[in-house]
Amino acid sequence: MAIIEVDNLVKRYGDHTAVDGVSFAVEQGEIFGILGPNGAGKTTTVECIEGLRSPDGGTIRVGGLDPQRDEDELRELLGAQLQESELPEKLQVGEAMELYSSFYRNPADWRQLIETLHLTDKIGTQFRRLSGGQKQRLSIALALIGNPKVAVLDELTTGLDPQARRDAWDLIEDIRARGVTILLVTHFMEEAERLCDRLAVIDAGKVVAVDSPAGLVSAVDDRQRIRFRPSAPIDHALLMALPEVTDVERAGSQLVVTGTGNLLLAVTTALARNQVVAADLRLEQTSLDDAFVALTGRPIDN
Amino acid sequence: MSTLSRLTLTETKLFFREPVGVFFLLGFAPILLVILGSIPSFRDPDPNLGGLRVIDLYAPIIVAMTLAFLALSGLPQLLAAYRERGILRRMRTTPVKPARLLGAQLLMFTVMAVLVMVAVLAIANLAFDIALPRQAGAYVLGYVLAALSMLALGLLVAALAPSGKGASAIGTLLFFPVLFFAGLWVPRVSMPEVLRKISDFTPLGAGVQSLQDATAGHWPQLLHLAVMAGWTIVAGGLAARYFRWE
Repeated sequence: MAIIEVDNLVKRYGDHTAVDGVSFAVEQGEIFGILGPNGAGKTTTVECIEGLRSPDGGTIRVGGLDPQRDEDELRELLGAQLQESELPEKLQVGEAMELYSSFYRNPADWRQLIETLHLTDKIGTQFRRLSGGQKQRLSIALALIGNPKVAVLDELTTGLDPQARRDAWDLIEDIRARGVTILLVTHFMEEAERLCDRLAVIDAGKVVAVDSPAGLVSAVDDRQRIRFRPSAPIDHALLMALPEVTDVERAGSQLVVTGTGNLLLAVTTALARNQVVAADLRLEQTSLDDAFVALTGRPIDN
Repeated sequence: MSTLSRLTLTETKLFFREPVGVFFLLGFAPILLVILGSIPSFRDPDPNLGGLRVIDLYAPIIVAMTLAFLALSGLPQLLAAYRERGILRRMRTTPVKPARLLGAQLLMFTVMAVLVMVAVLAIANLAFDIALPRQAGAYVLGYVLAALSMLALGLLVAALAPSGKGASAIGTLLFFPVLFFAGLWVPRVSMPEVLRKISDFTPLGAGVQSLQDATAGHWPQLLHLAVMAGWTIVAGGLAARYFRWE
């Protein structure tokens, strides 16, 4: 059952149409990504879902609620982590958790939550003394304090170093394991590929595709390429005879074999049969980056 | 504990973590009273002031000054900074409306203003033998109206200021005329007629005169009560109209 339904959402700012007929549905328990370049309308879309902006057209339902009409109920159901939202500089982590948990009807145990987010040793630390990664983890903790069914995380890992980013990814998977549906806004390909069950690619206010990361890639191009240095000369016709192979090329001392399906297994088996060893073997697949270029006509601009 | 009291408690804790703010908003008024009271000539009855001493006139002015500090410096700076840093926005994503946070801050500043007033009156009475208000009810009425009109003005500053720094600049700019007409530099009795007429129509000019009247045992003039109520309604209404949470 879809927990978030967005149907033909439109949002304008003056003459500029920031969101132009966006539709998608998020199933309960999945990590759903919204991927797109800066200014594509990602944040505006989730702000409409969060009830922070009123749409100019279309409908939104979150757990059956209309974010505009049923705002009070929505607040108990949906936890939001916003871009550029801070806390008072001298508020301590523990004080923030205690305060925010008092806002909800059925709050989570904030000490346990802080433990999960590895902030227990920071309970007495003031917000201004936290590192970027710690601030982001606190921000996630505050988004989850009300025991929400849905968590919206907007550009969560922007500005984090690679290690902190990987930690945040592990954390998001943990949260999903607790049964929380996650709507993740990102412009990082790696993040989308690693975390999302499905994603909507948004460009210039429109959805250009909704699929799993693998689905997006294969819809664009399922060709693979194998490069290797053969230990002994091998007849190209031998490889071309394989049904998986579409092309064989020589590039210096290397052989480049292009094909589809289970290409790697087919080629290595054929080589082994002919007592040829493939040195420096590399398999190149179409990436989500390639898929994005194919879908939008340009690379994602970080 | 209710959300409002928990928010008020948290805001109060945060307030006391800023020593500079604590000094200016809470400590300055009693210190100024002690300094002025230490000037011997201020403690001599002055026939030009109808037999009152200069220090007698300053007690209500200093009480009113605290209102100006809290309402024009403390409140707008805090609110504008909270808006600028997305703190109000974050609250919008919770079941508690940011208006509740505003309520908590108003409550905190009101309690502080009352405590400073009590401290100033106590020091004035014990150290400098300044009479306590003879009309306590009238004093409280004048004080509450003065506080409301100033807090409404402070909210208007917070509503119009683009940032925390902007709020502090506008607040400071308003601070001097408001306190001038309250009589901080020239007490109202010594003001030329024209200035005193203008002062009658400023929130703290009306406020200080009401406090002086109550101290002397009279009820405040209707004009002054109306002026303070008017500022509260107009500034408060404009603030409500133009306030932005983000």
